Amino acid sequence: MAVSERINRHLLGLEGVSADDIEVLLDTAEALTEVSQRDVKKLPTLRGKTVVNLFLENSTRTRTSFEIAAKRLSADAVNISASGSSFSKGETLEDTARNLAAMSPDAIVVRHPYAGAARFLAEVVSCSIVNAGDGAHEHPTQALLDILTIRQHKGRLDGLKVTIVGDLLHSRVARSNLYGLKTMGAQVCLAGPPTLLPAEFEQYGVELHYDLAEAVDGADVIMMLRVQRERQDGNYFPSLDEYARYFCLDEDIVGRAKPDVIILHPGPINRGVEISSTVADGRYSVIMSQVANGVALRMAVLYQLIVPGAEGIRGSTLAATGPATGAAATGVVVADATAAGAAATGAVVADAAAAGDGEKLGAATVAMGGRDGS
Amino acid sequence: MSSDKSSRCERGSERSARKTVISKGRVVDPASDFDEIADLLVDEDGLIEALLPGGSAEIGDAEFIDAAGQIVAPGFVDMHVHLREPGQEYKETIASGAKSAVSGGVTSLACMANTDPVNDSAAVTRYIIEKAQEAGLANVFPIGAVSVGLRGERMAEFGEMYEAGIVAVSDDGMPVADSALMRRALEYSRMFSLPIIAHEEDCGLCQGAVMNEGATSLRLGLKGMPSAGESVMVARDIELLRAAGGKLHIAHISCAEAVEMVRVAKRQGLAVTAEAAPHHFTLDERAVEGYNTNAKMKPPLRSPRDVEAVCEGLADGTIDAIATDHAPHHRDEKACEFDCAAFGIVGLETMLPLSLELLRKGVFPLSRMIDAMSSAPARILGLDRGSLAVGRPADIVVFDPDAEWTLIASELHSKSKNTPFDNWTMRGRVTRTLVGGRSVWEQQV
Repeated sequence: MAVSERINRHLLGLEGVSADDIEVLLDTAEALTEVSQRDVKKLPTLRGKTVVNLFLENSTRTRTSFEIAAKRLSADAVNISASGSSFSKGETLEDTARNLAAMSPDAIVVRHPYAGAARFLAEVVSCSIVNAGDGAHEHPTQALLDILTIRQHKGRLDGLKVTIVGDLLHSRVARSNLYGLKTMGAQVCLAGPPTLLPAEFEQYGVELHYDLAEAVDGADVIMMLRVQRERQDGNYFPSLDEYARYFCLDEDIVGRAKPDVIILHPGPINRGVEISSTVADGRYSVIMSQVANGVALRMAVLYQLIVPGAEGIRGSTLAATGPATGAAATGVVVADATAAGAAATGAVVADAAAAGDGEKLGAATVAMGGRDGS
Repeated sequence: MSSDKSSRCERGSERSARKTVISKGRVVDPASDFDEIADLLVDEDGLIEALLPGGSAEIGDAEFIDAAGQIVAPGFVDMHVHLREPGQEYKETIASGAKSAVSGGVTSLACMANTDPVNDSAAVTRYIIEKAQEAGLANVFPIGAVSVGLRGERMAEFGEMYEAGIVAVSDDGMPVADSALMRRALEYSRMFSLPIIAHEEDCGLCQGAVMNEGATSLRLGLKGMPSAGESVMVARDIELLRAAGGKLHIAHISCAEAVEMVRVAKRQGLAVTAEAAPHHFTLDERAVEGYNTNAKMKPPLRSPRDVEAVCEGLADGTIDAIATDHAPHHRDEKACEFDCAAFGIVGLETMLPLSLELLRKGVFPLSRMIDAMSSAPARILGLDRGSLAVGRPADIVVFDPDAEWTLIASELHSKSKNTPFDNWTMRGRVTRTLVGGRSVWEQQV
């Protein structure tokens, strides 16, 4: 089973990405989560590969997560931020991209304040592009890690009621989640003030609510979005206080959801604005497992995009830039293994990496938990 | 305060001392309600001499143009063009713009004031006219600014510019945000019978926006301009016109609500006219998909419902004219993030085939199409153009309405190549353009 053209070389968004592709990425991430539990948190998979983190908008969490993900796969990661880069000297994005491409990176992870910037890069350069957030458009890895987190806690996605609350209009996280969740069969409900929840959201086949309690009613999952202080200057709402009066998720509102509801937030949290501290730190909150999953999910994305002929779980071939036979040459063999087996094999690989034994690494076997290795 | 606009902007020039006979074409002149296969004679002075039954004209030593199977019409008058000179010659010069014009069948064009320096003085107006005469291709009629420097504060010297040759005033590119200034401009313009061409945009509603507000902008995560960002200003200006008098011309009308307002205002007898750009009746907001910066313009490409309303407006005459809003931009101003890209596209060379597409869809008959492209804009600007009546300057376009060709952006005659129609198959092509009786463009099909 080959992965679609869309995932083939770039991950620009989740719009149009199939359920099969999403599952491959989730399954790969699932298998990679245990790497972060190890003493030596490293696989040789992307050894000799270069990943550029081009962050032209401020980010701590996402940039760090991508950097750690690349390093745990032994890729060389280079970080570029807006300030201090040629970008701040007036270089165009096209020129920045061409210059980076000339240094032959295998992937560029891009965060940019303008929508469409990741796609623009993909048209200009030949390496893989991963969208780490482009304006108000998409943030696919955040949505994938959210979906992974939901699947871990609920065991499924199909038929779940997911309520997304907050500044939908400006949220790339919400858009990517909408695509991903709908594709995976979830029922999505949106809540926010009408200024931040325009009627055009109906095109996604979702319910729109201006009343938080109604929206949360019977929800399996509640996803809170960060509300930015700047929005009160645009008169999207009168003040953060008044926003909180109607859209802050507190214990009472959570009581309207299913008893086993989980609560997600992409961070950073505005305590007391969109979510009360009690809820953020409470038993429903899975915010920290989102962050942990972020690293595994981004490892999975980098692996699937960069490695030619990478194979997913279930034996699917994710043809990236070369034929499936390229897998052996790059030293990546996906074995059919149980979760326990994966841990054991992985540990051996990690030791080899620590020892810096190049020869062994070249033929290293990376085991990832699989379901039916056929 | 009469002025003879006809002679003002022509080349001083060497006309062929020969007569010209355009033979056996379908001659369509909406201004005189003429539509027959005929021979059109142009005299030695470059004026229209006679219209004779097809094939009956004596050729003698006259220049012979075989127009059999083609349409012969008054040359197109594009009342909304940005020529970029003075100041931004890297995008377009008056000469390159004029060449682009005649290759698209446009024999007269009115150029907007947002140059650098702004055309808010007689000196700039005269400069433009002089440059156009040097180029010697299309007739160029400058439009003066409403406000000094397009700053929307102090009224520019309409009188001085009028005497130098402007045919209208407009702050196009910028709206006249101050209602009091708009009111005074309408009142004052009556001294010269100058139409005020209004770029209708509410700055607050459109701040930071880069495309139409709707389903597509939401999906792409781009900030949208609502239709109301245009229609509230159209409503304001119609009410100011009612109170102040003068002539109001709505530039590049793009949304259904605005079209309906103009329809009602016309019914009430107000002196309001309007134009629509080919891109607004050809494309809708979905053309932006993929962050296509050549689909970024102001007003933005609207919804399919708005496109339909613009077509209806053209059909029933609510929208008088087709004007291109030809807006050349350098490649680098479009090869960037969508938010950063310049607004606007070139249009002179695609005006005819895109308009013919409406004809083929049954939106309007040929005579109405030519009226919208020639006679109506000439009428609005008070030019003695846009007609094939005997004695008028022989500004003529000959085109094959069925000739198919592929538009290649890099082959455009404009200095800039910013078009969303690259690689489109076009139907209808200009084969000959005459300005003042002189052949300035010829194309084999």
